[in-house]
Amino acid sequence: MSTIEQNNQTEQTIPTGTWQADTVHSRVAFEVPYAVATFTGEVPTFEASLEDGTLRGVAQIRSLQVKEENLEAHLLSPEFFDAERHPEVTFASHEIRRNGDAVSIDGEITIKGITRPATLTGTATGPAVDHFGANRLGLQLTTTVDRTAFDINWNMPLPNGDPALSNDVTLKAELTLVAQGEQTEA
Amino acid sequence: MQILAISGSLRADSTNTALLRALREEAPAGIEIALYDGLKAIPAYDGDDDVVPGPAPVEALRKLVREADAVFFATPEYNSSVPGALKNALDWASRPLATNAFRNKPVAVVSASAGAFGGVWAAAELRKVLGTMGARVTDAELAIGHAHEKFDAGRLVDHDARQGLRDALNTLVAEVPALLVA
Repeated sequence: MSTIEQNNQTEQTIPTGTWQADTVHSRVAFEVPYAVATFTGEVPTFEASLEDGTLRGVAQIRSLQVKEENLEAHLLSPEFFDAERHPEVTFASHEIRRNGDAVSIDGEITIKGITRPATLTGTATGPAVDHFGANRLGLQLTTTVDRTAFDINWNMPLPNGDPALSNDVTLKAELTLVAQGEQTEA
Repeated sequence: MQILAISGSLRADSTNTALLRALREEAPAGIEIALYDGLKAIPAYDGDDDVVPGPAPVEALRKLVREADAVFFATPEYNSSVPGALKNALDWASRPLATNAFRNKPVAVVSASAGAFGGVWAAAELRKVLGTMGARVTDAELAIGHAHEKFDAGRLVDHDARQGLRDALNTLVAEVPALLVA
């Protein structure tokens, strides 16, 4: 038996009001093709909110985690994110479109102090009431950016001459947003 | 503002070291250029000796880099690359990699050589090494070819080279966070 009860009245629209990310049940991550595989990392310290139809997110790039501390330091260095000068990656939406479970969000993303338009696509789940009575909205979003448009240009040639690291990076946000200032009976 | 100046050459009559002396002459008030003279004392890198604390000359270099607001390099070119002594010193300074003294440190690289190209390949490789170490590698560029013709009794007498040094210094200083300026 599900502990989440669907609220059919708002299922097909992005709700109004203020919603804050429950960061324990949310995730911000990136994936980038590297050599013959996909390299992944997470940015565990972030905030996200949906306020009157505008989605905003701020990720603290210093919290970036990969599986090796020297590589982490390299990613924070001026050759990559330059976290000393540009500690935050941000997103702010202009327009959110929802059609059933599908969602598409136009906005602007800022990385390394450079702002570019971006469209996040994915799925929306809920709003639905959880087992504690809170109203939750799930958003699973991805977008692909060309990292060189954000002055992240590092690369290393493979023996065959191809670059080791792809310029296209997939950014992922899996958000659980909780309605603020209201309590709904479970 | 404190800038540490490191020459890649050990030679007493080095044109690169002479370049850094000229840099000191060109520095405006408020910018102090300290010439590093410990390169020859740095032992060959040995992972077995890479403990805390490291060899005294290595720790001294790390301290100088940490205390400097920026580092200005002048390097010759040996076999199309960075002189071994300088690369060896940087290999020591880069340890431990994640927290090394050069991380986020603004750096400038210029070069001089007796040849026509002025050590551009050494400078490019030095910038690559410094970038990998996490330094903030600036766009400062100056490669002085036929360098021996531009000095008189060890003093840089070439007007364009002096202007190039001033430009490189300005580019470096612009990268030092304002909060650190004395």
